[in-house]
Amino acid sequence: MIRITVNGIPRNFDGNPEMPLLWYLRDVLKLTGTKFGCGMSLCGACTVHVNGKATRSCVTPVQKVTDKDITTIEGLGKDGLHPIQKAWMQTNVPQCGYCQSGQIMQAAALLSTNPKPGEEEIQEAMSGNICRCGTYQRIRAAIKLASEEMA
Amino acid sequence: MTVTVSVSRRVFLKGMFSAGALILTVRYSRNPLLAAADASINSLADTATLHPSVYLGIETDGTVYIVAHRSEMGTTSRTSLPLIVADELDADWKRVRIEQAIGDVRYGNQNTDGSHSIRSFYGAMRVAGATARSMLIQAAALQWGGLAADCSTDIHVVIHRPTGRKLQYGELASAASKIKVPLESEVKLKTKNSWIYIGRGTPSYDLEALCTGKPVFGMDAEREGMVYASIAHPPVFGGKVKSCNASEALKVKGVRETIAIEPFKPPCGFQPLGGVAVIADNTWAAFQGCKRLDIVWDHGPNVTFNSSDFKKELQDTSHRPGKVVRNEGDVDAAFAKGGKIVEADYYVPLLAHASMEPLVALAEFKDNKVTVWAPTQNPQAVQDIVSKQLGIAKEDVTCHVTLLGGGFGRKSKPDYVAEAAVLSKKIGRPVKVVWTREDDIKFDYYNTVAAMYLKAALDTKGKPIAWLQRSVFPPIDSIFDENTVYGPARHLQQGWTDIPYDLPNLRIENGPAKAHVRIGWLRSVANIYHAFAIQCFSDELAHVTGQDSAEYLLNLIGPKRVLDLRDTNYLNYGASYDEYPFDTARLRRVVELACEKSSWGKRKFPAGSGAGIAVHRSFLSYVATVVEVSVNDQGQVRIPRVDTVVDAGLIINPEATRAQFEGAMVFGASIVRSGEITATNGVINQSNFFDYPVARMDESPFQSNIHIVDSDAPPAGVGEPGVPTFVAAFCNAVYAATGKRIRELPMGKYNFS
Repeated sequence: MIRITVNGIPRNFDGNPEMPLLWYLRDVLKLTGTKFGCGMSLCGACTVHVNGKATRSCVTPVQKVTDKDITTIEGLGKDGLHPIQKAWMQTNVPQCGYCQSGQIMQAAALLSTNPKPGEEEIQEAMSGNICRCGTYQRIRAAIKLASEEMA
Repeated sequence: MTVTVSVSRRVFLKGMFSAGALILTVRYSRNPLLAAADASINSLADTATLHPSVYLGIETDGTVYIVAHRSEMGTTSRTSLPLIVADELDADWKRVRIEQAIGDVRYGNQNTDGSHSIRSFYGAMRVAGATARSMLIQAAALQWGGLAADCSTDIHVVIHRPTGRKLQYGELASAASKIKVPLESEVKLKTKNSWIYIGRGTPSYDLEALCTGKPVFGMDAEREGMVYASIAHPPVFGGKVKSCNASEALKVKGVRETIAIEPFKPPCGFQPLGGVAVIADNTWAAFQGCKRLDIVWDHGPNVTFNSSDFKKELQDTSHRPGKVVRNEGDVDAAFAKGGKIVEADYYVPLLAHASMEPLVALAEFKDNKVTVWAPTQNPQAVQDIVSKQLGIAKEDVTCHVTLLGGGFGRKSKPDYVAEAAVLSKKIGRPVKVVWTREDDIKFDYYNTVAAMYLKAALDTKGKPIAWLQRSVFPPIDSIFDENTVYGPARHLQQGWTDIPYDLPNLRIENGPAKAHVRIGWLRSVANIYHAFAIQCFSDELAHVTGQDSAEYLLNLIGPKRVLDLRDTNYLNYGASYDEYPFDTARLRRVVELACEKSSWGKRKFPAGSGAGIAVHRSFLSYVATVVEVSVNDQGQVRIPRVDTVVDAGLIINPEATRAQFEGAMVFGASIVRSGEITATNGVINQSNFFDYPVARMDESPFQSNIHIVDSDAPPAGVGEPGVPTFVAAFCNAVYAATGKRIRELPMGKYNFS
């Protein structure tokens, strides 16, 4: 039995401990906001927070997050929308939107440790997240906007 | 006729079928018995009190239901088309509920590709909204005992101008539903100056949902009792299973069983590829089980396919005379006269779609009927292939369209949906088929590999007096007829037969090529390789003759005129040539504006930096792009700035249009930098984002400025036309910065350090 906390709710998992966190979230807990993109930690669509740190859930076995706090897109805005989500909306970032949960989780983690990231820092933090629709320019703008709003 | 309409409407109002079907156009009509057989196909718009069109219904509480009948994959068509209805209706957008249509012929064409959602349905959407508005006005006039001519509308309300009285749309819905639906010819459309949404646009209807992880993509669809499937497909196109040992797969916890899927009967069309499916309790178990299958394959004849040999074959063919598809003047005689001769070979490899959402579909077979939930660009094609695969009537296939996590053309081909339906029938449960990223890249319908040969003879001023261009590519049509080897008119028209240059002697040819993989369409399709070749060759000629690239381009285009394309089989993207002529004045204008916006020729670039330009008309839109690059000592290429000028006629949603072009620049960056699928012994070599990389933030344009030309011309495409100009302009910019001419994609083959 593996104990983890997901979006503030304690959970017990008795399935295969090797199962990546992504599939536990999606197929077992039905938290489908976290997406499957590559299964190899290459695209970032599956990004969640593990104890506040941006983590690729597709390559993270459930047993590795025993006793840890997991936050998914569904739990990001504890009281309504997180500032990063508001900035995303103001900037009209999403096109198809499939990668955006991962992008938003990655950006939220960046701003939590670096509230005023520079151009290079944004690029470095976000370059692991692929957007095939090509919304990068707006992602960058939204991060800057959220950074200002949160200051 | 009048009787038919009113009777039908009464039938419909009992919830049986759509009256709008009869009113809008005959083409959209459906058999009422079929609808009655399955009540679930009725939309909320269908069952709303006032329902003058298949696209629209108004409830007594004032809620306006608008049907989005095209698929949403990021282009915002799910918002922009209903917005047109809302505008003509004078509806309050906040009271509009958008419903996603199931696949159904009564909506007309639902194949969301070819950048024509707005173009093809702008008129129908306006009529739908205006029809309802007219009925609401008549109902109000009746109620007031006044004249309809004295009434007008404001947001969600009818006003009696002489008295200032007002009635809300919801209050009028019931009375309006009793009014005879006016004919299309009787409906008065708004004038441009009274538009409230068209041209202004609005953010995506799904914006907040998309930022909070809420919307349902295909990957997120669920049914009670559903199981998951992962499929081992034949590694070589056309292969089949010789034998399969599933014992290790069945040991994986959560794996239930394995099921064989029959190989397709040629031609492949949209049939499943065949293989072995692993059925499991969750996605991960299905993936693990699939990896543990021990399958011996019969690879079939395509095992001899090797990309490096094939490239040589295509290029050799491109150096031999081909089928003439356009011929003006006498190219051979002009070449024989001499002048400066320039020749070049251009090459674009197979390209994969790699949408962020890998292919996925959920199907439930029950009582000899199937319901599917799929991220599909073409729900009617889903009905078609699923019905054929299962031997049931097309009407017994209900296809719900989820949001699409990207599509780019791949999700128009519903082989993956058919897989889910076949499996659900076999095991009697809802089945969700999930493709891995590896499946997605290895079993794509690739944008075709193409070789282009170009030759020009220049006069003393550097102007071409003779121009020969020959392209060779395995055609998309090979998936429907394996013996097809020549490019069909609908792909040759894409930037090849419609070369817009003022050339006294021109010959365009196409050579034969056989397909060894499934070929399909990808964002802008044949325009990618055709524009790359023509626009880069044009830049070569400018440099050879020592002229400015943009000026040279304008000289090539020549005087303002409508191109005469009568001597070639020019399809004009299915549009009327009278309504959408190829107008070089518009082509010239986007070039000139791109130069102005990018300060072309006015900026001094440091060593290792430079700018390139390209212009192209595709999907009836005129686009010019200027790309600026900088290359560092390590040979890394960065794109600090892009300026793209778009003349796509009337724009419904400018913000969405800008987003589409910003995205197209990134899509083009992926193609140029790293897009290449290759095969060895018939097996695709690439598998995931490490060996099929797509552009990341640092590899994409830092700043793309999208400039929209204000135009009253009829609306044209915006989803695809940004890709071809970016690809060529990027390569031309690299030449300006490094002196290295990219004639083969991807650019990774060249060293810039």
